[in-house]
Amino acid sequence: CPSGSLSHPHRGILELCQEPSAELPEMHQMMRQTCRDYADRELGPIAGKLDKEHLFPAQQVRELGAMGVMAIEVPEALGGAGMDYLAYSLAVEEISRGCGSTGCVVSVNNSLYIGPILKFGTQKQKEQWITPFTTGEKVGCFALSEPGNGSDAGAASTLARQEGEEWVLNGTKAWITNSWDASATVIFATTDKSLKHKGISAFLVPMPHPGLSLGKKEDKLGIRATSTANLILEDCRIPLGNMLGSRGSGFKIAMQTLDSGRIGIASQALGIAQAALDCAADYAHKRTAFGAPIGKLQAVQFKLADMAVAVESARLLTWKAAMLKDAKKPFTKEAAMAKLAASEAATFCGHQSIQVLGGMGYVTDMPAERHYRDARITEIYEGTSEIQRLVIAGQLLKEYAS
Amino acid sequence: MSPASVFVCLSLTLLSDYPVIRVKPDNSGVVTDGVKHSMNPFCEIAVEEAVKLKEKKFIKEVVAVSCGPTQVTETIRTALAMGCDRGIHVEVSGKDYEAMGPLQIAKIFAALAKKEEASLVILGKQAIDDDCNQTGQMTAALLDWPQGTFASEVTIDGEKVKVVREIDGGLETIKISMPAVLTADLRLNTPRYATLPNIMKAKKKKIANMKPADLGVDMVSRVEVLRVDEPPTRLAGVKVETVDDLVAKLKANGTI
Repeated sequence: CPSGSLSHPHRGILELCQEPSAELPEMHQMMRQTCRDYADRELGPIAGKLDKEHLFPAQQVRELGAMGVMAIEVPEALGGAGMDYLAYSLAVEEISRGCGSTGCVVSVNNSLYIGPILKFGTQKQKEQWITPFTTGEKVGCFALSEPGNGSDAGAASTLARQEGEEWVLNGTKAWITNSWDASATVIFATTDKSLKHKGISAFLVPMPHPGLSLGKKEDKLGIRATSTANLILEDCRIPLGNMLGSRGSGFKIAMQTLDSGRIGIASQALGIAQAALDCAADYAHKRTAFGAPIGKLQAVQFKLADMAVAVESARLLTWKAAMLKDAKKPFTKEAAMAKLAASEAATFCGHQSIQVLGGMGYVTDMPAERHYRDARITEIYEGTSEIQRLVIAGQLLKEYAS
Repeated sequence: MSPASVFVCLSLTLLSDYPVIRVKPDNSGVVTDGVKHSMNPFCEIAVEEAVKLKEKKFIKEVVAVSCGPTQVTETIRTALAMGCDRGIHVEVSGKDYEAMGPLQIAKIFAALAKKEEASLVILGKQAIDDDCNQTGQMTAALLDWPQGTFASEVTIDGEKVKVVREIDGGLETIKISMPAVLTADLRLNTPRYATLPNIMKAKKKKIANMKPADLGVDMVSRVEVLRVDEPPTRLAGVKVETVDDLVAKLKANGTI
C-alpha cells in the first residue's frame, strides 16, 4: 500500500506508470472515488436535463461546496479542503465525467476566481473574497476577454481611473463564464495605457454592483448549464482596497492564473473524453450487427483503441503538469501541452463516440451528442489550441537557445 | 450517562452492480479475483447512523471495525473519512478468510465489543454478496445483549434505544436497553459522501491491527460449502389471449 502522504513530494511519473495497481496515493484515490460516486449518482442522471433546459446546477454546486470540491487548494483555515493540484485535477475530471457544465463551474471557481486571489491577495482580501466562495453558496468568475480582444489579452480596452478613494471602471468584458450566477469577479482593466500590457491591473468587484450590468446570456453549442455573458461596466466604482496585487501586474496575474487554469480545463476535457469513451465502449458490447456485438468488428476496435490512447496520454500529461505545480517547479509548458492534448482528445472522442453509436449517437436519447457539443469549447477557452501551440513552442525554443 | 463508544462493524463485499459474477469452474464458490470490492451498502448506512449519533452528541466516539485481508483497510479508511474516529482491522486471510462466515465474524465483533466496552454495536443488516443476515443477531446472542434489527429509525432515549423495525407486516417499534446491537436497513438514512477535508483528516486517524487469536477467537468453520451453482436459466414464457386461457394453462400444469 503506497504511503501516499501529501506532505511528501510527489513520486515521479515514472514510478506511477510502473505500479499500475498502486496508481495514485491513497488519499487521492479516496478523493477520486468520492467525486466519482457523486458524479455517477447525482450529476449523471440530471446532466441531460441541465443541458436541455440551460439550468445552472445550484443545488449540486452547494453540495459540492459542502464536500470541499469548490475550493480544493484553499487552506483549511480559509475554509477550503487544503489539498493539492493533482487532487484538484482528479476532482474536476470526475465531476466533468458526470456533467461537463458542472465541471466547468468547479474549474472556473477554483482556478480562475479563487486561484489569483489565493496567490496575489492580501490576507484581508483572502478572507473577504475566498472564504464565502468555498461553500458552494457563492461562485466567482474571471473577466479578461473583451469583444475586441480574446487571444490578444494585452490589448485590454477596459479602463480604470482613480478618483479619490475609488477606482472607476469603464468597458465591456465578453464571454464571461458563470456571469449570471456569480457573486464576484476578478476583472482586468488598463490603469496606464502608455505602459501597454504592463499597464493592466486586476480588480475585485462584487456582483451585483452599481455600474456593473450583465449582457444577454449567450445561447451556446455546449456546456449549456453554465451562463456566459458580457460584463458591462459604466462608471463602476470600487474601493481602492479592491485592487488585486500591485498596479500594473494585471497581465502577469492573468497569465499565471491561466497557466493553472489550463490544468483545470485539461481535466474537464479529460472527463468529457472519458464519458464519451465509456458511452462508446458500453454500446460496442450491447449493440449487435452482422450477428455479433459490434465490439467484435476491427473498425470499432480501432476507434476505441485510438480514443483510449488519446485520453490516457492526455491524462498523464495533465497529472505531470499538476505534479510539477505541486512541487513548485515550472509547469507552463506542461500545462499548455496538457490542455492542448486533452481538449483535442475530448473533441476526438466526442466525434468518434457518435460514430460508434451511429444513428443513436445523433439523438439526445444517448449522451454522445452532448459530449460532442460540450467538448468543443475546451479547444477555445482559457487559451485556444493555437495559443497553446505558441506557448509550447516559446518554451521549447527557450530550452534549445544558446 | 451518555454512551461512550459505538462500534460500527463493516463488511467488504463484491460490488453490487458488477455486470458478471461467475461461478468458479469447480463449483466451490464465486470468482472474486479481479472483481471490484467496496463497502457493503448496508454498512455504509450503519456508518452514517453512527456518525449522525455522534454529531447529535449522543455518543462520544465511533470505532470502525472490519475483518479480512489487507484490502479491508480501504473500507475502514472510507469509514474514517465519513466521520468515524478510529479503526480496528482484524486480520484474516487465506484459507481462514475463505471459510470465514457470520459465526466467526460475530465471535470477533463480540470479543472486541466486550474488550473495548462498547455501548452500541451497529452493523448493516446483511452483506449483499452472501445475504446471510446473521452476523448482527449472532453478535447480540454471544454478548447476551438486546438487539434492534432491520432498523429504519433509531432514537437514543437516556439509557435506552428506541428502534423502529421494518418487518413483513409493517413497522414495529421497540425499546431496548444499552448496551445493544443494531442492524441497519435501507431506509435508515442516506449515507453522506466523504468530504475532501474529512478524507484529509482520515489520514491522521489510527487503525489498530490485530488477529483473531489475540481475541481468543477460533476461526474454525462449522459450515462446509458443498456446491455453488448459477441459478437455472430462465425459460421463455407463453402469452395467452384471455383469462380463461390463463386459468386453463395453470390448471393443466398443476399450479392450481
